[in-house]
Amino acid sequence: MTAEALPRSQAVATGSRRDRPLDLIGIVLTALTLLVALASFFPIYWAIITSVKPDGEVISGSNSLWPGRFVFDSYIHIWNNTNIATWYVNSFVTSIVITALVIVSSAGCAYALSQLDFPGRRIIYVLILACFMVPMQALIVNHFVLMAQFKLLNTWAGIILPQLIVPVVIIVYKQFFDSVPKEFREAAQMDSAGHFKILFRIYLPMNWGVTAALAIITFIGAWNSFLWPFLAATGEATMTVPVGITQVKDAYGIVYGKLMASAVVAGLPVAIVYLIFQRRVTQAIMLSAGVKG
Amino acid sequence: MLRDRRQEWLTALVLVGPFVLIYGGLFVWPTIQMVMLSFTKAPLIGSGDWVGIDNYLKILSHKLFHSAFWNTAYFVLLTVIPNTMVSLLIAMAVNRLNGWVQGFVLACFFLPYILPVSVVFLAWNWIIDVQYGLAQVFVRPFNGGEPMSLTRTIPAFMPTVAFVTVWWTMGFNILLFIAGLRNVSPEIYEAAQLDSAGRWRQFTRITWPLIWPVTALVLTIQLIAQLKIFDQVYLFSIGGRQDATITLVQYVYKLAFQQNKGGEAATASVLLFGMIVILSVLQYQVLRVRGDK
Repeated sequence: MTAEALPRSQAVATGSRRDRPLDLIGIVLTALTLLVALASFFPIYWAIITSVKPDGEVISGSNSLWPGRFVFDSYIHIWNNTNIATWYVNSFVTSIVITALVIVSSAGCAYALSQLDFPGRRIIYVLILACFMVPMQALIVNHFVLMAQFKLLNTWAGIILPQLIVPVVIIVYKQFFDSVPKEFREAAQMDSAGHFKILFRIYLPMNWGVTAALAIITFIGAWNSFLWPFLAATGEATMTVPVGITQVKDAYGIVYGKLMASAVVAGLPVAIVYLIFQRRVTQAIMLSAGVKG
Repeated sequence: MLRDRRQEWLTALVLVGPFVLIYGGLFVWPTIQMVMLSFTKAPLIGSGDWVGIDNYLKILSHKLFHSAFWNTAYFVLLTVIPNTMVSLLIAMAVNRLNGWVQGFVLACFFLPYILPVSVVFLAWNWIIDVQYGLAQVFVRPFNGGEPMSLTRTIPAFMPTVAFVTVWWTMGFNILLFIAGLRNVSPEIYEAAQLDSAGRWRQFTRITWPLIWPVTALVLTIQLIAQLKIFDQVYLFSIGGRQDATITLVQYVYKLAFQQNKGGEAATASVLLFGMIVILSVLQYQVLRVRGDK
């Protein structure tokens, strides 16, 4: 052990002495990385700063990186002159309902697939895999026809329904339910607990972190979705925030401060969710891409 | 025993019920409807005569479909490979940092990814604005000192939107690459340092081959995601010559929602559907190969 360790530590020591000039490269690399990171953040920074500048300063061409004076006129303007409050309500209601329905229906389905033996299991499995491969963008025409038939265009239900298809949530849940030791279920069944009780009292609480991660990423996805709400909600009263802020440009005239204020307001909820739950978001993305993280 | 089994089936039915309703009504049914519709000469809402494969022949020889196809292919080319390369580079740069610096840098790169597309559009549309946009500083020298609209000049349109797309989505790829890089054992690099292999040799002989499965994953995910492109291209082209920069989903949108040709739009959807299913099957194979390792 020591005989092996000795030459190795010597090697590392000589290695680090030889590496010393390389450390300079290391510092340069770190500085460069920081610089590129700041550059990558800049468009977001610029949008925020523009939104709090007075209109005159925005188009003065001075392009100062820090506003001479902080004003919130742009925010007051969009609050008074657009339906942004309504869009906010629409976005929150639809995103939260989508998240709740996706999580509950997926957890139930995944539990059944993982723990129960019933006819039709294979068909359901094939359906989920098929869903993975089919682009929802290709279904926009028939989703629209379907929603029109049921008179659901320009309603919350019409925005919500086609977005309930998130097969990856079922797959991730099933993987986690599969890895719960069978003893837990058997012990609960000895105490004559039903499957619902087992699911809600054992399987879901044991996988609480996964549920949180999946719920957060489903919420962000629903909040951000553009194409379907754009088609399903044509009236200003039913638009979601991401759709609404692109549709009323003319109402402002060309005034960038106001556009940036609406962009900041639209991005704020997801940015806050991300900053609070950074690790969960990261975990959920790894899980949904099939990488264990 | 028989009662138990029936009980289990009943439980499964209740658990799987919501899934079956959602996926049956909003995935299987619209898919069947789409295929049926593609053989008719129907408007968006309402029925039409059966015309066999006429729509397919018409679309496949439609000039606009060809431009949509090639524009999409061009967009894929401009985004997928640059995005993958830049993401790998940044992931390696981030991976060598530690502690809060790493967290900060990663957040800078990742934050854009969780923003809604319309926020990304507004922020960048302001930066590249002809009159007041900051980016004109970099554009002017290439345009004889004159400002140029990057989204109204057709040759500049796709590269600009592709650049914004890479900025927006690379956070996702960076995460996957970092997860991959962390799985490479540091001992391999130590051994390489003992053999005094330089940084470049370490990259070509160790990092690249070991990270290749992740690279393949990122490439296929990107490829399929960018084939379905609509949002950014549509938003940046509002008010411009949209036909010149049309993509496949946009083509479906135009047929269905601007020209009221439901049948032909369904046909175009089926074609898009086919392309993506073929690529998804390939992706599934790639993932399975990864799973076996």
